[in-house]
Amino acid sequence: MEAQFIKRFHYCLILLSWVSICFSQVPEDMVTIGAGSYVPLYGTSDKKPVYIKSFLLDVYPVTNQEYLEFLKKNPNYRKSKIKRLFANTTYLSEWSGDLSFGQLNATAPVTNVSWFTAKEYCECQGKRLATLDEWEYVAMADEKRKDARSREEFNKYILSWYEKNKTYNNSVGKTFKNYWGVYDMHGLVWEWTFDFNSIFLSGESRKDKDTDKDLFCGSGSVNATDLMNYAAFMRYAFRASIKANYTTKNLGFRCAKDIAN
Amino acid sequence: MKKIILFVIASLLLIGCNAKEEKQDIKDKPITDLSIYNLPEKWTNQDGKDIELKELRGKVLVMVMIYTSCKAACPRLVADMRNIEAKIPEEYKDKVQLVLVSIDPTVDTPKRLKDFSIENKMTGNQWVFLRSNEENTREFAAVLAVNYKKISPIDFSHSNIISVFNAEGELTFQQEGLGVSYDKTVSKIKEEAAKIE
Repeated sequence: MEAQFIKRFHYCLILLSWVSICFSQVPEDMVTIGAGSYVPLYGTSDKKPVYIKSFLLDVYPVTNQEYLEFLKKNPNYRKSKIKRLFANTTYLSEWSGDLSFGQLNATAPVTNVSWFTAKEYCECQGKRLATLDEWEYVAMADEKRKDARSREEFNKYILSWYEKNKTYNNSVGKTFKNYWGVYDMHGLVWEWTFDFNSIFLSGESRKDKDTDKDLFCGSGSVNATDLMNYAAFMRYAFRASIKANYTTKNLGFRCAKDIAN
Repeated sequence: MKKIILFVIASLLLIGCNAKEEKQDIKDKPITDLSIYNLPEKWTNQDGKDIELKELRGKVLVMVMIYTSCKAACPRLVADMRNIEAKIPEEYKDKVQLVLVSIDPTVDTPKRLKDFSIENKMTGNQWVFLRSNEENTREFAAVLAVNYKKISPIDFSHSNIISVFNAEGELTFQQEGLGVSYDKTVSKIKEEAAKIE
């Protein structure tokens, strides 16, 4: 009787593991980011936490080599063909040709790409750009903690990178691996997010308060929830300063994906 | 077998991506590089009819992004749009299209947009109200450099920008802020409308 039970139990285990293999397939070079809540620096009223559903995220930013493969299949996104609506004149400016990234490192993150081109790249992989809240959620993790924002060393590390130049030509995967198994959230390049254009900086950050109230409907209710976090402020300020067809040397991207139900 | 299926799926994906790229414009003149008519997305108007932005080609467009449940800045933006419309000379009226795009597609159904147009006396042919899905709306806002974010279940924060596009769909002027003079906006509209035969 007992033996039979154990046998059945084993069958169940085998079946369960088979089911989990089939249904939890994570694409190559992506990891699962677990669900959770946090209070972002900007974007919620009354310091309410935002809830992040579980999703998949690329382990590394998209590289020059990977972007080249995309351009081979999508001629309209090549340097000489791209429409100015979608990318300004510095699009892939360091590439030596339509299908050559020249002196750039093949395994370095592709930069000088616009929001439109990054978004199209992800869509062609069956993916999407991460939302701003998702990106910041993953970016608050250090090697061991989901939320290391209050750690002094963590913030010092990020800020010291902001002062460095030319990390954009380093290979991906050389900075630290964070709690989720994701590399390069800090220390390599800045990254596009799907709703980068959702940010309002008010008060002393950009313009005087009165002007801002007229520029933004409801801006009174969006305020910094944590002014101490200067590192995050830098990212939000940068995002607020760019437009969707802008491209710069230190701005790349990675893709995310919903988890199928 | 599995490989064949994967191959078929992969080639379908490739076709999907490439088809979008190679799509040619049906109109005689090619769409210019900076034209919003490069955006392929579909929208629905206040009459529940599906339209592509391209269908508006050939007219001067005056555009604003709003949501109908907004109580703060939007009524003023809508009033601005009405005032601008009133200042367009008779001879140019049929050359200008005033477009209000919803940033709240879940709440702003075509019916709701229709009701809103009636309440605000914006029922003439010169008025178009558009909605799409969240993704297209985000992309369109990116083109207009309009920032917006849902800050509570019923409220959004958003930039107050009125944009003028020429007949080719190129952005030629933006008025930013509330309670600013719209004289420049009106003169830009007249200037662009005069170029249309």
